[in-house]
Amino acid sequence: MFRPLRLAGLAVFLLAVFLAVPLAIKAAGRTDFYYTLSSVALLAIASSGVWLMFYIGRINIGQGAFALMGGYVSAILVTSAGVSFWLSLPLAGLFCTAVSILVGLPILRLRGVYFAMVTLVLTEVARLLALALPITNGAKGITSIPAPGAIGAFGLTLVPAFDTFAERNIAFYYLSTIMMTLCFAALYRLVHSRIGRIFVAMQQNEELASSMGINVPAMRIIAYAISSFLGGVAGAIFIAIAQSIYPSSFTVNDSINFMLNCFVGGLGYVFGPMLGTLVLYFGWDLLFAIGQYQLLIYSGVMVLLMLVLPNGLLSIRFHSWRWSWHKT
Amino acid sequence: MTPILQVKGLTKQFGGLVAVNDVSFDVQPNEILSVIGPNGAGKSTIFKLISSFLRPTRGEVLFKGERISGLAPHVVARKGVVRTFQETTIFKGLTARDSVIAAHHLRSRAGLIGYYFETGLARRDEEAFGRSSDEILDFLGLGEVKNEIASNLPHGYLRALGIAIGLAASPQVLLLDEPFAGMNHKETRHAVELVRAVRRRGVTVLLVEHDMAAVMKISDRVVVINFGSKIAEGTPAHIQKNDRVIEAYLGVEDESIGL
Repeated sequence: MFRPLRLAGLAVFLLAVFLAVPLAIKAAGRTDFYYTLSSVALLAIASSGVWLMFYIGRINIGQGAFALMGGYVSAILVTSAGVSFWLSLPLAGLFCTAVSILVGLPILRLRGVYFAMVTLVLTEVARLLALALPITNGAKGITSIPAPGAIGAFGLTLVPAFDTFAERNIAFYYLSTIMMTLCFAALYRLVHSRIGRIFVAMQQNEELASSMGINVPAMRIIAYAISSFLGGVAGAIFIAIAQSIYPSSFTVNDSINFMLNCFVGGLGYVFGPMLGTLVLYFGWDLLFAIGQYQLLIYSGVMVLLMLVLPNGLLSIRFHSWRWSWHKT
Repeated sequence: MTPILQVKGLTKQFGGLVAVNDVSFDVQPNEILSVIGPNGAGKSTIFKLISSFLRPTRGEVLFKGERISGLAPHVVARKGVVRTFQETTIFKGLTARDSVIAAHHLRSRAGLIGYYFETGLARRDEEAFGRSSDEILDFLGLGEVKNEIASNLPHGYLRALGIAIGLAASPQVLLLDEPFAGMNHKETRHAVELVRAVRRRGVTVLLVEHDMAAVMKISDRVVVINFGSKIAEGTPAHIQKNDRVIEAYLGVEDESIGL
């Protein structure tokens, strides 16, 4: 399970994220980067859920719905029910899981572009629900959400309240990156266990998978539930950073970006969505200087990338790897 | 002898089209039974009805006396009725060995959680699957190519790999979907031997096929379908002499079908 090369890679990753980046930010004095990189980490978590759906052969353009849902669940629990943010975080994820099971039962029977279209609509449905439901406070949204409090056990403070930090965003940076590390580690394990092989079997041929005795509908629901859990958790942390949530906090655009992140990083690699999110987030920002041509050039580069590197950025290094998405 | 599989009054309508009309036959344990018929006769529909990929409009399929029609395909596979696919649909990105290991899902004793955390049981499962896969691959003459990516394998090997994937689920009844389609004489001879070998493992074989020569060589009994209805049933020698079969299947050689 732990080969030396992998272990070295993990060590480099952990050192970079938890030591090198904070030191570099401190040296450069650019503390705004904490916020930027927290966003990247959270978007990567949401994208990883979309990636898992790609892995079972479904295009999910509805992750924005679950990010929004997770955000609202956490915001409402914290502001109205007085629940601790730390408890609201798993609850937001579990709420999204429950909803995804209900929604998934009918829609996961669809394949290809049909499933993609229905999920695309889901994001819009979530936005309209947030506008219409009394509990979400309509277009005014929920504002002044308190920052996460302290976690203590046996009189010891394990995590201090986020308000006590001089720079609140440092705390959020560590929260987001630790969550990202945990999510991707869990996903890596999933994909490299026998469950991952079942998912590949489903991606390649659902009929054949079911003739081998795999309960395909149940496995699809499990993948969708995991995907939505990740979306909900990412959304909840995002809203805690922003301290406010509106129906437009996550839109169809975000849902599409989650999907693009996976494409750019590589659908065959667990860490594809992480790299894709990083590249696209900063790529978009860098193009900001061009002004009105930003979207044109961004889209052009995306099209080029898919033509030249259909298996994603990570395929540059591992292009001899055994399994690749486009070999049909 | 009680039949292992009973097809009773099977009917399937797609809208106004009656694809299969009141077809009944029995499959005895450990026999090789072929379902044949001209193109579009409804063979593939019968195949999908038996493996429960389609629900019958009327009628039912019984496995060891128990109704399997209407159950989910994976449940039918778990009971012991496993179908194979033509080579276009195997796992192209996996190696032959990995494909067969993946197909051992039914034999796994560890649950999903066990697999996630790689418990001792899951590891023992995986080792057992590896050994069993090697055995099946050698048995079907795929031992030398087992580490090749499936999409790089030649035609004949792919057909054998399809059968290997089916055997991995330890079926009692194996349904073969046109195992000889697109094969030359030599390949067909080899495939016929494979199917016989499968039967020697104690597996009952039901195949859907339109290669008459191979069917006549291999089958214990043959069921002939035309326009969705059964028109004959019997031993190959008996079928070859049947007038209705000759009329429906063999006697139209020079006519519109242009076979």
